[in-house]
Amino acid sequence: MTGFVTDSKTQSVLQFPAEDAQGGAVLTPGRLAWRRFRRHRMAVAGTLIMAALLLYVIGGSFVWSESYANRTETGNRLAAPTLEHPFGTDAVGRDVLARTVYGGQISLLIGVSAVLVSLTFGVLVGALSGYYGGIIDSVLMRFTEAMFSIPSLFLLIVMSKFFGGRVPSFDVFGRTLSGSVIVIVGVIGLTSWMYLARLVRANFLSLKQRDFVLAAECLGVRNRDVIVRHILPNSLAPIIVAATLGVAGAILSEAYVSFLGLGVQPPTASWGNMLENAYNYLESAPWLWFFPGLFTVLTVLSINFIGDGLRDALDPRTLR
Amino acid sequence: MTQYIVRRSLQAIPLLFIISVILFLLMSNMGDPLATLGGRQPPRGADRQRLERQMGLDQPIYLQYVYWLVGNDWRKVDTNGDGEPDTNGTRRGILRGDWGTSLVTRRPVLEMIWERLPNTLLLMGTVEVLVILIALGIGIYSALRQYSAADNVMTAFAFIGYSMPIFWAALMLMYIFAVNFKRWGLPYFPTVGMYDPAVGKTASQVIWHMVLPVISLSITYVAVYSRHIRASMLEVINQDYIRTARSKGLSNRSILWGHALKNASLSLVTLIGLDLPLLLAGAVVTERIFAWPGMGRLFLDHVERVDVPVLMGILMLVSVAVVVFQLLTDIVYTWLDPRIRYH
Repeated sequence: MTGFVTDSKTQSVLQFPAEDAQGGAVLTPGRLAWRRFRRHRMAVAGTLIMAALLLYVIGGSFVWSESYANRTETGNRLAAPTLEHPFGTDAVGRDVLARTVYGGQISLLIGVSAVLVSLTFGVLVGALSGYYGGIIDSVLMRFTEAMFSIPSLFLLIVMSKFFGGRVPSFDVFGRTLSGSVIVIVGVIGLTSWMYLARLVRANFLSLKQRDFVLAAECLGVRNRDVIVRHILPNSLAPIIVAATLGVAGAILSEAYVSFLGLGVQPPTASWGNMLENAYNYLESAPWLWFFPGLFTVLTVLSINFIGDGLRDALDPRTLR
Repeated sequence: MTQYIVRRSLQAIPLLFIISVILFLLMSNMGDPLATLGGRQPPRGADRQRLERQMGLDQPIYLQYVYWLVGNDWRKVDTNGDGEPDTNGTRRGILRGDWGTSLVTRRPVLEMIWERLPNTLLLMGTVEVLVILIALGIGIYSALRQYSAADNVMTAFAFIGYSMPIFWAALMLMYIFAVNFKRWGLPYFPTVGMYDPAVGKTASQVIWHMVLPVISLSITYVAVYSRHIRASMLEVINQDYIRTARSKGLSNRSILWGHALKNASLSLVTLIGLDLPLLLAGAVVTERIFAWPGMGRLFLDHVERVDVPVLMGILMLVSVAVVVFQLLTDIVYTWLDPRIRYH
C-alpha cells in the first residue's frame, strides 16, 4: 500500500508570505506553520480526537486499575454491555472497557516507539547513502530495495515469529508488560524504515549540492557535523510528516499482527490482540470486536488528519 | 530501450539473491519445524535426530540455503538418518525449477501453490478491477468538482476507509450483511469458504461467497486509488495543453478521455504496478476471516508449522513478481509519457 494523497493548496513560491497580512510583526517559519495548521480544519479535528483519546487511555487508568482490567470473572463470561460493564465482558469475563484503556496505552506506545526505531534506521541509512554516495550508497540502496520488494505484512509475520518469545517481560511506568511488546516495536520499526530512508536520501542528494554545505565543508567541518547540523535540520519537515503518518501505519500494523495472534501476547492487552479470536464471537458478542476496532479507527484517522495538516503547514509552498 | 531492459533485468539478479538470503535466514530461525510432525508428542531423542538428518535440518544454515538454491544431487546426503552420508540427494534446487517439498505435507511446493493460486487470483483480480473502475469514477468526479459537497463527502469517506483495519471492516460487514440480515429474514451473504459443500462449486455459489471479502478488501484500496487519481487529475486539468484543447473547441468529453486522463494515469499505473504483484500473495487477513482457500491462508497455515520450503516458495514468487512489475511499470511510463526516456 502506498501513501495517501490530499491536496495542498499550492501557490507561487515567489509570493513568500513573510509578513502578516494585517501589516503586523514578521512571522517566523514556525509561527507561520502553526497558523497554517490551525486553519486546517481536519488537522484541528484530528488534534481534538487525539486529545480525547489520550485523556481516555491515561485518565481511564486512574479510574480502573490494571489488575481490574486483567481480572477474570468466569461466572460473568461474554456478558452484554450493562451499567457495571459498559462495553460488556470478554470470553473469560474481563471488563472490555478497562481493557480498551490499557490496550490503548499499549497500542499508542507501540505506534510511537516503532516509529522512533524506523526513524533511527531510515535517517541513518538515508543520510549515509545520500551524503557519501558511491559504494556505500549502492550497497545500502540494494538492501533497502530488497526489503521493499518483500510484501510488508509477510515480512512482519516472519519477523515476529523470528523474534517472538525471546524477550522477557519488563516494567515500565509501573506496569509489567509482556516482552512481546518490545518484539513488536522492533519488528514494526525494522519493516517500515525503507520509505524514510529513500525520502532522506533524496533530500540529502539535493541539499549536498547547495552552497551552504559547500561552505561548511570548505571551513573544514567534519562530515558527521555537516550531516547532523547542516543538512539534517533542513530536511526535517518531510521527515516529521512521514513520521507522523508512520505512527498511524504502525498502529495498524500492530493491529494486524496481533489480530493474527503473532503480536502482543496476553495478559497484556492491546487493541489488536483484543480482536484476536473475537471473530469467533461475531454473532454472540459483537461488543468484543466493535469497541477495540472503533478505537483503532479513531486513532489512525486522527493521526492521518494531523499528518495531513502538518504536511500543508510545513510545506513552504502552501497558502497561508 | 532494449539495452535498458536488459540492464534492469541483470540488476534484478543480485536483488533477488539478497531477498532470498534475508528471507532464508529469518525463516530458518522461526521455530521448530519438527514440533508438530509427531502428532501430539513432538519427536524426541533418537527419533528427532534421525528426522533432522533425513530432512537435512542438521546441516549448517549456509548449506541448507545452497541445497534450496541449487539442489543437493551433487553431494551424498544421509537418507536413512544414521549420521553417515550414503546416497546422492534428489533435490534440484529452485534455480533448476525444483521448489522443494513441504516439510508438513511432503508434497511438492509448486503443486501446493498451483492449487491455491487460481482462488487467490479470482478474489484479488476481481478486487483490483472493481477498485480501478470505482476509484476512476470517484477520482475524476471529485477532481472536476473540487470542494463541492460530494467531493468533501468522498474525501471524508476516503480518510475513514484508509484508516480502517481491513479485518474490522470485514467484521462489520459480516455482522450487518450476514448476521443481522439472517436475523431479519433477508437474503444474507455467506461468511465462510468459497462455496457451500452441499451445493457444490458452481459459479453462482462462488460469486455469492465472494461478495463480502471483495467489498471489505476494496474499501481501503478505493480510498487510496481515488485520492491519487483525484490529485493527479487536478494537476493535469490546470495545465496549458488542456486550455489549448479547450480553446481549439474540443468537447469536454474528448478533453477528459483523450488528453487529461492519459496524462493523469501515470500515478494510477504506479499504484497498479505496485499492487498487482502483491495480488499473487493474496490477502492474509481477509482470507483468514472468510476462510478463503488462497495463498494468504496457505502462508499463514504453514508459518505456524515453520514449513520453510512452502514459505520461501510463496515469498520468492511474490518478490520476483514485484521486480518484474516494477520494470513493466517503467516501460508503460514511456508509452504514457513520451518525454520519459531511459538510458
